[in-house]
Formats: sequence, C-alpha cells, structure tokens
Amino acid sequence: MARQVRLMQGNQAIAEGAFYAGARFYAGYPITPSSEIAEECSKRMPELGGMYMQMEDEIASMAAIIGASLAGAKSFTATSGPGFSLMQENLGLAVMGEVPCVVINVQRSGPSTGLATKPAQSDVMQLRWGRHGDQSVIALCPATVSECFSLTVTAFNFAEKYRLPVIFAPDEVVAHLRENVTVPGPGDLEVIERKKPAGVPERYQPFAADADGVAPLAAFGDKYVFHISSSMHGADGYSNNSPANATWRVAQLHRKIEMHRDEIVLTNTFETEDAEILLIAFGATTRSSRAAALELRKQGIRAGVLQLITLWPFADKEVEKLCQKVKTVVVTEMNYSGQVAGEVRKVLGSAADVRRVNSFNGQVITPQDILKVIGQSVNRITS
Amino acid sequence: MSHATGTKYLKNGVLPHMWCSGCGIGVMLGALLRSFEELGYERDDTVVVTGIGCTGKADDYLITHALHTTHGRALAYATGIKAFNPRLHVVVLMGDGDSVTIGGNHFLHAARRNMDLTAIIINNFNFGMTGGQFSGTTPGGMFSQTCVYGNPERGIDICALAEVAGANYVARATPYHVWEMKTNIKEALGKKGFSVVEVYSPCPTNFGRHNNMKSTPDMLHWLRDKGLSVEEYNRRKTAEKEGYFAVGKLVDRDEPDFNERYDQIRTIARKSQGRC
Repeated sequence: MARQVRLMQGNQAIAEGAFYAGARFYAGYPITPSSEIAEECSKRMPELGGMYMQMEDEIASMAAIIGASLAGAKSFTATSGPGFSLMQENLGLAVMGEVPCVVINVQRSGPSTGLATKPAQSDVMQLRWGRHGDQSVIALCPATVSECFSLTVTAFNFAEKYRLPVIFAPDEVVAHLRENVTVPGPGDLEVIERKKPAGVPERYQPFAADADGVAPLAAFGDKYVFHISSSMHGADGYSNNSPANATWRVAQLHRKIEMHRDEIVLTNTFETEDAEILLIAFGATTRSSRAAALELRKQGIRAGVLQLITLWPFADKEVEKLCQKVKTVVVTEMNYSGQVAGEVRKVLGSAADVRRVNSFNGQVITPQDILKVIGQSVNRITS
Repeated sequence: MSHATGTKYLKNGVLPHMWCSGCGIGVMLGALLRSFEELGYERDDTVVVTGIGCTGKADDYLITHALHTTHGRALAYATGIKAFNPRLHVVVLMGDGDSVTIGGNHFLHAARRNMDLTAIIINNFNFGMTGGQFSGTTPGGMFSQTCVYGNPERGIDICALAEVAGANYVARATPYHVWEMKTNIKEALGKKGFSVVEVYSPCPTNFGRHNNMKSTPDMLHWLRDKGLSVEEYNRRKTAEKEGYFAVGKLVDRDEPDFNERYDQIRTIARKSQGRC
C-alpha cells in the first residue's frame, strides 16, 4: 500500500496522533491556539465510538480525563497557558494517583492572558514545576508537524507505560504550521497499553510497583476493585499518613521516571560531530536554529544544533556530552528569562560560554536574530 | 425478615469512624450502604467518588471502587468515569463546600448535562474539617469561626439550584428522618440522570456551638422541629415558611441523560462519516 501523505496542521496532526495511539476520550475547554484539537475530536471521536466532552472549565477537563482513564480509556485534553494553569490542581492528582493521561499545552505568549494568539516558549518551568508538592512529570515538545503526530503517540506510550500524565507542549508556531505528513499506517508506530493486573483480585494493590517501578492498573468496573486517592496513600490505595509511607510514595513517583530516564529523554542532533558552536533549541526555534547553523557552515563556521524533544526530565547528560568539544553554546528560546538556558548553565557550570537568544514579544526568533548574536562575537568564538 | 446491613461494602477493621459524635455523615453512609445492598449493587460495579472535607473521608471505609479527589472537583471526575463507562453505578459524596462553594460550577454543569450520577450532599452549613468557617450554605446572620459578628452573605439553597440547573431527581433528607433518607437515596440511585439528595447534617462541634445548638439533641430537635414534609411546606404561605425547610422528594422527572444523548450523536456521526 502506498504511504499516505497529507497536508496537515500541527494541531490536526496531534489529534490524529492521539487517535492512532488509541485515545477514545477527550475533555476540554476551548482556548486559542489549541482549539483545532477540540474541533477535530468533536468530529472524529463519535465516529470512532469514543467521546468528546466540552467541560465547564479546564479544572473539570483535567478531572474528567483522569476519571475516564481510571474507567479504562486512553484520554487527553488540550489547552494553552491560562488553561494549563487551571489544570495544575488536578494534574497533581494524576501524578499522585499515577493515572495515565496526556495534556496538550499549546504554548502562547503571557503573562496572564498576554498576547493570546501569539507564540511563546515560556511555559518550560510551568510544565516542570506548575503543581504544588514535589513531583516529576514528562514533557515533550515537537518542532515539525510530523513530530506533532509521532510524538503524540510517544506521549501516550510514556503515559501508559509509566502510569503518569505526560505533557505535550508545542508552541503556537508549530501547532498552527501546515506541512506534509507521511501518515503512519497501522503497526508502523509502536502503541503501548498500560499493564493490567493478573492473579487473585483480592490481593490486587494499585500502588505495589513491579521491578520496573510501575504498578499494574485495573479499570473501574474490573473485578480488581481498587482505590485511587489524591491524599497520601499506601500500596493498597487507602489513606496512610505515616512518615515511612510518605517517604516511599514520594520517592517512588520520582524514581520510576529516573529508572527509565534514558528511554524517556529524546533529542535530535544536526551536524554536531565537529561543531564548535552548538545551538540548543526546542519547538519552533529548532527550525530557525537549523537555518542559522546552515548559514554559519556556509561561512566556514562549524555550527550544529541540539534539539530537545524531551524538555523534562532535562537532557543533562546529552548536553554535557555534546558540549565537551564545543567552544560556545547558544540557547534560543521564546522567553525572557532563559528557562532552558538556565538548565544548560546548571549542567555546564558558570565558566562555560553560554549565550542566549530570546524573544518575548510574540514574534518568532529568526535565523537572522541568531546570526546577529553569534556574528557580534564570531571572531572571538573561532579564533 | 432480614434487613440489609450494608456491611458487605465496609472495610474490615476501620470502625469506629472518625466523624464527631452527633455528625450526620455516618448515618448517611449507613443509609447509602443499605441502599446498595437492597438494590443489588456489587463492589466491582460501583464507584464512590469523594471530595475533600469531612464527607470526603467516607471512601476510607468502603471496599467498592473509589476515587478520592481534590476539593470541589468530585463531580467532574465522576463525569469522566460515567461518560466512558455508563454501566457503572457512580455515586458522589460531597459536603456543602465541595458541592456548591468551591465546586459550584461543576455542580451546575453536572446537573445541566444531566449526567447519570447520584450526588449525596452532606450540608452541615460550615467548613467542618478546617475548624468551622462559613460556607456557601451558611444562612445569613448565623455565626461561625470566620463570621463571629454574623454572616454577611446569604446561604444558597442546594435543592433549588439542582432543580433549575436540570437535575432529574432532587430530595432533601436529615438524619432525624433516617428512614425517609434511605428511601430518597434508593430512589436517587435508581433514577437515570443527575440525582441529588441533600442531607441537612448536624454539626454540633463546629456549627451548632456558634448558633445556640451546642449538643447533638439540640441539633436533632432543630431538624425535627423545622423540617416539614414537602406537602406541609408547600401548603404554607411564604411568611410561614421562614425558618422552616422541606424534607422529602422535591423533583422527579425523566429527561434523557448525557450518555443517552451522546449515543444519538454517535449514530448521527457514523451515518455522516467524513461529510461534516
């Protein structure tokens, strides 16, 4: 069968990727620039025998996808900055209750309602820390429409495999971009299902982790009757306030991600083998960084690009390894404070030559913006 | 003749429960579990969803499927569960804080959607778990830890709200009228669509003590003396209703629930596949 190539918008590819991964429950509240995902789901979910629910707010949307997931669904929601802020309360429950689900946060300009239709990459820290309590999540970020499709499948796979919420955070540029996508046929991409319990139902403990750090998850309605709680609980899911239990639980939530860190942290590299300048980027800035690197190569400057696909956990090992040979690192991101640059600095230390290219006015970072920063000191870098 | 005890849904070794003496939550839970038994509910086809607060602790005593959630969001979680698996009996236990204060928006919309859920609401007119502050149902002029000079706000009528928002079944009960409470809970569980049983619950510890009802008997006498049958309440002129409340079934209708309507949407969508 000939492979199907379709012109798709990023948001549409995200919805298609979710259907491919087996998502059959969507709950959300419309918000620019993510609404096309809701529109696509409202059309396609009932055709697929799934369900589209338009909830009263993002708090309820997050709650509903957790409820549906516990009833056995692969479920997801889509939103943008302000809505993502509202989801954080119940996102915390998905972490604590180890409930697989996917949250799409199409990043737009802030603070607050900001430039509602304009792109940003300023939620990097909100993705990581935007919930109370000490916890850990997985966050992915696509740079192309093809990645919107394939990485959405990856997001569901991670959610199912590790029993946690996965945040998928394209910026508005990529979400609204239209590109040709070679649509994977059935079986082309791996689709992972959550581990189900086996054995005597009365002995089932929803938080008793196997050797891989993840406990099997039954569905409400199964003979494996179980409790899920937002409050501190033991392996059996019932309230347990002992310090020893809390020590085990909180560590366990982190540990299952740490154990599989190398599988979770995804990066792409472009001409980094001999690079003396390394551009570190994610999402739309990957595209301008690649164009800038090509231009620099034409000028005889050996530049390469590291694309962070997985934003969290951070690609510290990968950054450290690649930067052993480069003289200068340039982090390009659409925010003021250098949210990723700070992480890079943490890895490389204060002595490293780490520069920043930032935009925070709703405008994309262009290759020229990057070249300008590099060009101002290009002689020093290459001398 | 044997009576349902409801003990088959109770976790071993957790009694006595944690609620204060005189509290109505245990009475409600007893009536609920007896109703489960009489209706033939099984542990594995029943999901109890709770929120936060005194009532939110109820799932600790149960061995049905259960989800203990964040404050005020229980109905939204339950909505996702029921929407995806309509075969489950989904029961939501909330307090007045959960249901109509922090969670008021979810309450309105669960009723508007007519989700096939049974919401049992313990209304003790205050935030008991945090020490007795006023809530969205504390009547105007009454006293609490955060309205020591009297409540400047008015309390909301949960049953009236449920009715206008579209619930199929609405009743008010009290632990004083415990037999009627079980009847209402059973009817609510059996009703398709959104059903609400509001339980006026004594809270001598945190509400009564600020409002001249320091003891459990004081609070029960209040429920006995001020709670009128729906018929009697409706017979009275407005002025004669002041300070009284109706006990019993207030709304009973059969509008199609959300899942039934969504099944129709699926049928239409499949017929017009690709043409929308």
